[in-house]
Amino acid sequence: MTRELKFDARAKGKIVANGILASNPVFRLVLGMCPTLAVSTSAFNGLGMGLAATVVLVCSNMLVSMLRNVIPDKVRIPAFVLIIATFVTIVEMLLRKFVPALYDALGIYLPLIVVNCIILARAEAFASINKVGDSVLDGLGMGLGFTFALMLIGFIREFLGSGTFFVGSLGDVEFGVELGNLPDYAMGVFVLPAGGFLTLGILMAAINHLSDKAAAKRALRHEEEGKVIDSLIEGIVKEDEEKRAAEDAGVSDAAVSAVAKGEEADK
Amino acid sequence: MTYFLLIIGAVFVNNFVLCQFLGCCPFLGVSKKTDTALGMGLAVIFVMGIASIFTWLVQKLLVAAGIEYLQTIAFILVIAALVQLVEMILKKFMPSLYSALGVYLPLITTNCAVLGVAILNVQSYGVAAAESLLLSFLNGVFSGVGFTIAILLLAGIRERMDVESIPKPFRGFPITLVTASIMSLAFTAFSGMI
Repeated sequence: MTRELKFDARAKGKIVANGILASNPVFRLVLGMCPTLAVSTSAFNGLGMGLAATVVLVCSNMLVSMLRNVIPDKVRIPAFVLIIATFVTIVEMLLRKFVPALYDALGIYLPLIVVNCIILARAEAFASINKVGDSVLDGLGMGLGFTFALMLIGFIREFLGSGTFFVGSLGDVEFGVELGNLPDYAMGVFVLPAGGFLTLGILMAAINHLSDKAAAKRALRHEEEGKVIDSLIEGIVKEDEEKRAAEDAGVSDAAVSAVAKGEEADK
Repeated sequence: MTYFLLIIGAVFVNNFVLCQFLGCCPFLGVSKKTDTALGMGLAVIFVMGIASIFTWLVQKLLVAAGIEYLQTIAFILVIAALVQLVEMILKKFMPSLYSALGVYLPLITTNCAVLGVAILNVQSYGVAAAESLLLSFLNGVFSGVGFTIAILLLAGIRERMDVESIPKPFRGFPITLVTASIMSLAFTAFSGMI
């Protein structure tokens, strides 16, 4: 029983980790570009946007999964969009009431979570065919992956563009560090849209490079294992061929004998 | 003069893709060839123009009923229904236009540029646009034109890049993003013009 549970936990963990690393929505799936580029001018905005999207993603994945057998196939996309829009409106109202500073900073991109392709893509590709628990975990993983990507881009753009580190305010509480006289030397272009495109492009190239390298290393490590597997496969193929040859021979023998019998009968 | 400034503003100064990050997904995804980029651009102009009219009317209804907080839900429903309707009408009455735009129409429902222009039209951004239906419509159409210009330029550059040798990690999306960055830098020069 415990063993089963443990195995289960590992599988569930994998669903979450998959969203954060292996198929990170921003760096790997290239989904949700608009909010990624627009609100990542500072790490704090990135965190806020990421968490708002995560909440919507988890809730919509859960509801879509619960209703997956009720929603007719033909109207599923409008139904998904309606579910997502409802949760976005709820998050919008909550932020406006409790964190107005963040509500102002996110501006038009907050209602635009509705058309964030990550959320619709996960509803369509995962939640509509999986169980409720798994769907919630998938939403959580994807949401955290999105948040991680936004914060990473946000940190870089904020550091280069404004010379600060995690500046933000939650109501009355202000936090963040101005790094010495670095703000005087900040490269303003990184806070502009051009800097957003550039940062994401170079980050993506770096990640491609690293994962290519890792894949090459893995290939090298598994080469010996691969050889063993290859020889095993070869063995199986050979056995199979021998068997088939033997069968063929048997069939042709039978045919020959049948023909021979027929000829005998004719005589 | 108001109209002229609005048009220049929508096409260049506040270019949807390069200055406001709206509609980035199709901008990066459907810009491999100039013909498909043009098809997508025309479909966006078409839908954005019509959506601007209808969402403007819906906003008046919402304000009259005192339920502005349902704006997001109402707008996305109107846009989704509109795209479906436009698709059906085109299929029936203008099959040639339908075959040209057909594949791109469903994609537009989830194009944030359309919902974006609808929300911007009724918000502070276009104070004039919030007042007048005609200005809303023009803003929608010419924001679409700005989108089309941007996606066409990018598609042209990407077609040229296909024959260049690009460092392996940069192939695909990364080099496209860097290209978009340089284009965006060029469009930044328009800021402050109005």
